[in-house]
Amino acid sequence: MSPDKELKIEKISKGTVIDHLPAGTSPMVLRILGIDKKWENAVSVAMNVPSHGGDKKDIVKVEDRILEKEETDKLSMIANNATINIIENYAVKEKHHVSPPEFLEGVLECKNPKCVTNGKEPVLTCFAVENTEPLTLRCKYCGRIMDKELIEEQL
Amino acid sequence: MGIKGRDIITTHSLSKEDIEYILSSSEKMQKLLEDGKSHELLRGKILATLFFEPSTRTRLSFESAMNRLGGSVIGFSEASNTSVKKGETLADTIRTVDQYCDVIAMRHPIEGSAELAAQFAKAPIINGGDGAHAHPTQTLLDLYTIKKEMGKIEGLKIALTGDLKYSRTAHSLSYSLAMLGAELVFASPEQLKMTEDFTSDLKRDFGVNIEEKTQLEDVISDVDVLYVTRIQGERFPEPAEYEKVKGLFKVDLELLKKAKEDMMIMHPLPRVDEIHPSVDKTKHARYFEQAFYGIPTRMALIAGVLGVEV
Repeated sequence: MSPDKELKIEKISKGTVIDHLPAGTSPMVLRILGIDKKWENAVSVAMNVPSHGGDKKDIVKVEDRILEKEETDKLSMIANNATINIIENYAVKEKHHVSPPEFLEGVLECKNPKCVTNGKEPVLTCFAVENTEPLTLRCKYCGRIMDKELIEEQL
Repeated sequence: MGIKGRDIITTHSLSKEDIEYILSSSEKMQKLLEDGKSHELLRGKILATLFFEPSTRTRLSFESAMNRLGGSVIGFSEASNTSVKKGETLADTIRTVDQYCDVIAMRHPIEGSAELAAQFAKAPIINGGDGAHAHPTQTLLDLYTIKKEMGKIEGLKIALTGDLKYSRTAHSLSYSLAMLGAELVFASPEQLKMTEDFTSDLKRDFGVNIEEKTQLEDVISDVDVLYVTRIQGERFPEPAEYEKVKGLFKVDLELLKKAKEDMMIMHPLPRVDEIHPSVDKTKHARYFEQAFYGIPTRMALIAGVLGVEV
């Protein structure tokens, strides 16, 4: 990518850069990170920018923010293979790929109204990742399958 | 090898080796039972049967199995007289009962409740049905029935008929049969067909041959096993449509004229009118034997999870 194009988003001194997001997913990423009009730190969003492979991608840069495990788990559901760069002093301190864990615990609700996790029992929901492309989850408790559409409804 | 300390929640969580182990252990249990030698195996052990909804057959056969093994049984057969009525969570009930017994057999109307119980109990949980989710001991006793009565499972042509779309029995049994190498025929009314996703998963995962038919007439002549399930009237908006469809899936003497000599009929029971009573006396009917096979199968499961080998 040429320096001109890189300047589309300003560098951050400290925080997180989420790169290689599938094009068009950045609004959902902001929602997952709870970034709304009350958010005070700097956030830069690039949508549909060219990626190395020739496709388009989104980038989200959030100043002064390190993602929690629950947030990266959620991200993995819409952006398998995105990269998370932790920035300190304008440099990448750590970099890792987002990939769905074997089990997603406590981040989604089971859409089966008769599932035991939707009652008063003291348990977190838990889904086994059955398939990553397209993303398919299976409730560990009631066995209900959740497809991409049902998953994204909740993000 | 073996199932010591395991929870039996769904048949999907059992490997082919697990199922083969359970079937072989059931056979040994039946032998001990027939020889009157099973009574010492679980002396001093306690099974809790927690039935949050009524089920005569499953509960009694669990209790009979434990008694046949020389163990004791505590439990309840409906939730109305328990602390659940006072608003206690299932997790708390399980953690309490866990202090009183060595193994728990449970039926509960909520889907996923067996897995939840397994998380809160140290004692192994055997799922006796959790809503529409799973009923693994039914499938295991069905498999054992086929193996005992036909001598094998692999290579047999097995038809499942009735309400295939909603029946947990039909889903669970066909999954295990496909895993064990049977050929499958699904015969059901168009509205109650096995879902396409499920059928294609079976084909993909096990390379199984599956035929689909919409009336019994078309399957009866070349199957080795006919597994009948009930078609429920409430699935049909029009009573007339229900009556018509029901007629196409009724097993009677006339239909059986076209069956193979050694074809056997199974049914998880209770039946309503999908098998005519006159069929009961024919050599094809095995549904009451099937109910008996629930005993050695449950004996094998209870002893197996408690780590008692035979």
